Amino acid sequence: MDTAAELVDALVEGNRRALARAITHVEADSAIGREVLRLIYPRTGRAQTIGITGSAGAGKSTLVGALARAERERGRTIGIVAVDPSSPFSHGAILGDRIRMQDLTSDPGVFLRSMASRGNLGGLSETATGVVDLMDAFGHDIVLIETVGAGQDEVEVATTAQTTVLVANPGAGDEVQSMKAGLMEIAQIMVVNKADLAGADTAVAQLRALLAIANVGAWSPPILKTIAKTNEGISELVDAIDEHQAHTRSDEHAAAERERHVRGQIIALARAALHREALEAAETTGALDTLVEEVASRQRDPRSAALELLDSLQATWAASRSSTP
Amino acid sequence: MTQPSAEAGTTATDERPIRVLIAKPGLDGHDRGAKVVARALRDAGMEVVYTGIRQTPQMIAEAALQEDVQVIGLSILSGAHLGLFPRIVEELKERSVDDVLLFAGGIIPADDVDEVQAMGFKGVFGPGTDTRDIIEFVREHAPRRA
Repeated sequence: MDTAAELVDALVEGNRRALARAITHVEADSAIGREVLRLIYPRTGRAQTIGITGSAGAGKSTLVGALARAERERGRTIGIVAVDPSSPFSHGAILGDRIRMQDLTSDPGVFLRSMASRGNLGGLSETATGVVDLMDAFGHDIVLIETVGAGQDEVEVATTAQTTVLVANPGAGDEVQSMKAGLMEIAQIMVVNKADLAGADTAVAQLRALLAIANVGAWSPPILKTIAKTNEGISELVDAIDEHQAHTRSDEHAAAERERHVRGQIIALARAALHREALEAAETTGALDTLVEEVASRQRDPRSAALELLDSLQATWAASRSSTP
Repeated sequence: MTQPSAEAGTTATDERPIRVLIAKPGLDGHDRGAKVVARALRDAGMEVVYTGIRQTPQMIAEAALQEDVQVIGLSILSGAHLGLFPRIVEELKERSVDDVLLFAGGIIPADDVDEVQAMGFKGVFGPGTDTRDIIEFVREHAPRRA
């Protein structure tokens, strides 16, 4: 299993070790990884891909575990991608999601892969999209992706899934308010988790009010209450996901939904690649250092420095792009 | 503890972080030592998958397979190492997980160290080990991946 073709052959036949190794290559963005993704893409599109997003402590891991168990009860196989943050200082990470999903790790119908976010260079959405594709091509019925914290990465990772579930909590009024600035638009299902806490109905009402002024299109996102710890509301969540998946695959909406999903993916991947490659070029050429000095001594303003940086990078960047396969 | 640096957790030929599984087989009640090692490796720039306590040999081997780690560190305090370690090695072999660095820590009597090493555990670290020694050991011996 040393070449991309060998990895793909083994992977589509259900070889778990090949899947694991292919993910490693995709995560490293190696030449083999890129080739594997190119080869498997025609085999993707069968799995339900579901993103679980929301702020830290909202109960995403617990919800993913509960959701996975409920999907297993319905006889479906599951791939899970669990993302934890990397330390910005050491670049290391502790990946602890297996602790909350111990019972699932010995189930042959479940494949759980932990990923570190590896910094803010936009690479997370690139990698996550690829890993979801691998799990889809492997033959999993469901692919669940659990994201870290909040922010731009969050919005981009959401584009890796067809159905994005936004997890909120009761008593998080201000937090819910802040969600209207982007997260609302990417969610197809809203969940108020920890619904046994006071204020669950208020949180639902707030989400409903925000939804009323959001631009939602043909699918109107349902708002559900769950207590993931005790499995309450989880069966209803699975039903809601199935409904959204049926919607995205219906004759009436399939074309538009596929376009929405794929458009979001291409934009996110292009933005990530742009970000990463431009910054790499900036470091290589040293153009950034010169500008930093000029701005630090107030000879130049940061906005024009940023544009100047892009200008100076164009030639270098184009050359380096054409030399890489 | 070592100072974090840009090259932390990487080998000279490999830019991506080393992935390590830290697992506790058997019925130990606490995991202080395993957590200290996990944090030290994280602070050295590695990505550490931590499983928690009370793992069966199957769970550990399956985690190693799915996570495609380069390194597996087992911590055990109960004295069951001579019983559990061979079963873990066997479960790994069954899954063709053959290119990983194995090391062990916890309470492993000096008399047992040779036997544990013969099972394939390249490093055995007892109480009082400096975490820098473990970091250096992992950096030196971790096999390359992508």
